[in-house]
Amino acid sequence: MAEMDAARQVRIGCGAGFSGDRTDPAEDLAQRGALDYLFFECLAERTLAAAHVGMAEGRPGHDPHLSRRLTPVLAPCREVGTRILTNMGSADPAAAGEAAAGIARGLGLQGLKIAVVTGDDVAAALTPDMPLMDAEGTLGDVGLPMIGANAYLGAAPLVEGLEAGADLVITGRIADPALALAPLMHEFGWAEADWPRLGAGTLVGHLLECASQITGGYFADPGRKDVAGMAWLGYPLAEVGADGAAVITKLPDTGGLVSRRTVLEQMLYEVHDPARYLTPDVTADFSGVEIAQAGEDRVAVRGASGTARPDALKVTVGFEGGWLGEGEISYAGPGAAARARLAGEVIRTRMVELHGCQDPIRVDLLGLGALLSPGFAPDPDREAQAPEVRLRVALRSRNRELAETLAREVEALWCAGPAGGGGARGRVTRSVVTRSVLIDRAQVRPQVKVITA
Amino acid sequence: MTRMARLRDLASARAGDKGDTASIAVIADSREAYAAIKSQLTPERLRAEFPDRFRGPVRRFELPALMALNFVAERALDGGVNASLNLDAHGKALSYLLLGMEIEVPD
Repeated sequence: MAEMDAARQVRIGCGAGFSGDRTDPAEDLAQRGALDYLFFECLAERTLAAAHVGMAEGRPGHDPHLSRRLTPVLAPCREVGTRILTNMGSADPAAAGEAAAGIARGLGLQGLKIAVVTGDDVAAALTPDMPLMDAEGTLGDVGLPMIGANAYLGAAPLVEGLEAGADLVITGRIADPALALAPLMHEFGWAEADWPRLGAGTLVGHLLECASQITGGYFADPGRKDVAGMAWLGYPLAEVGADGAAVITKLPDTGGLVSRRTVLEQMLYEVHDPARYLTPDVTADFSGVEIAQAGEDRVAVRGASGTARPDALKVTVGFEGGWLGEGEISYAGPGAAARARLAGEVIRTRMVELHGCQDPIRVDLLGLGALLSPGFAPDPDREAQAPEVRLRVALRSRNRELAETLAREVEALWCAGPAGGGGARGRVTRSVVTRSVLIDRAQVRPQVKVITA
Repeated sequence: MTRMARLRDLASARAGDKGDTASIAVIADSREAYAAIKSQLTPERLRAEFPDRFRGPVRRFELPALMALNFVAERALDGGVNASLNLDAHGKALSYLLLGMEIEVPD
């Protein structure tokens, strides 16, 4: 527990906002950021479901990019005393801890302390009568084989790991903002029921957790919202005070920008009621937040608060969802859209009448507003003038053979489809269905184990 | 006198997803733009203009001090990222469905 110095600030950076994120910006943060903490958020709902599937098939259950991410940052972080937190443990935090210890030893970092947080796997505690949060009915009504079930843990086990002296904390499913809230609770001694400060710390975590989405990523719109240096976006860091007020910024000589608007867009990202953002640690209230430019690429945020945390924890349950089959082929020049449309009709007819497909089939003409459909209505005249159209056909099926057949049928359009079709591609991927339920927090018991490299 | 203006010229927007629920934040450039957007970009208008997309309840949260509106639309993502057949299963592009709309502004 640190001294309560009003002027003291904690520097927290975020090195990744999802499993597939860039790795070089975190290296820069580790080397030049003079950070107290660096965290990596790498575990979307679907990412964890995919990890459970991988584990069942004999692959490691932790994040596949664990080594690529940790190898370049472990030594520089240890040199300046930056401690690392990540949910790259995914479906198997214990294995991730062992893998991280191996990486550390390989780098000559013997003695590195790694805290492994488990207990988010609650599959054994679920019952079929649990009502679904995001659909009608109960867990038992889903009727698909379950792959895994993980509760969103809060900051407490991470704080425990930090207090045990961990240089690296590895978790599975955890509320994303807890990766930043935990170090703040640890550094400033915030109590577990100090709702206003926990709300402020949760805002810091929420702003940072998607990494580049606050420094110009998911933001640039040429001519409207220009962002310089998109290829070299700096990833964000926060300078946080003991009251939870913070300045969001990035390292000098990196691309991107931190502005009032990048911060505000990210504050509302995936938030429903801004006055009631539910997390395992606090019901955060962002409704009174003030956002002010405080210099170039520096934005001050203050005024977040919170009320008591929910009694129940959210659990994401993954189920086997069959297979997604997709096929694409392009048509160009006069009549491109009409030829693409004909090709789509041919595939639909053959899938239903020859292959007996009863699953819904989606036919898109990419380039004519397909992403926004249903909703967007393209102008028929413009459609006729389109210089190039890409046909995409997709289906999900419990039957892998049907998904593969769709991809093959689209490929067969090279010869048997309309004139001038080019660039056919097909692919089949495993589909996972996720549902959410609530579980009493008393039924979830996080555990922290510290291992030494 | 008024004229029609495209929302992209008055505001920015960002879309996110949680399950089958889309959230779309719309942030106005100015006080005047916020007032016009607030009065015209209603959940009712979204449902009327895009009935096939906004099939479920649409709620709107207002943050006047920040000149921002947050729309939360249930059942708007064809089942969500793990079930949708849309190439954009997350609904990331939905921010631009809204930014393509037009509203009336003072001339």
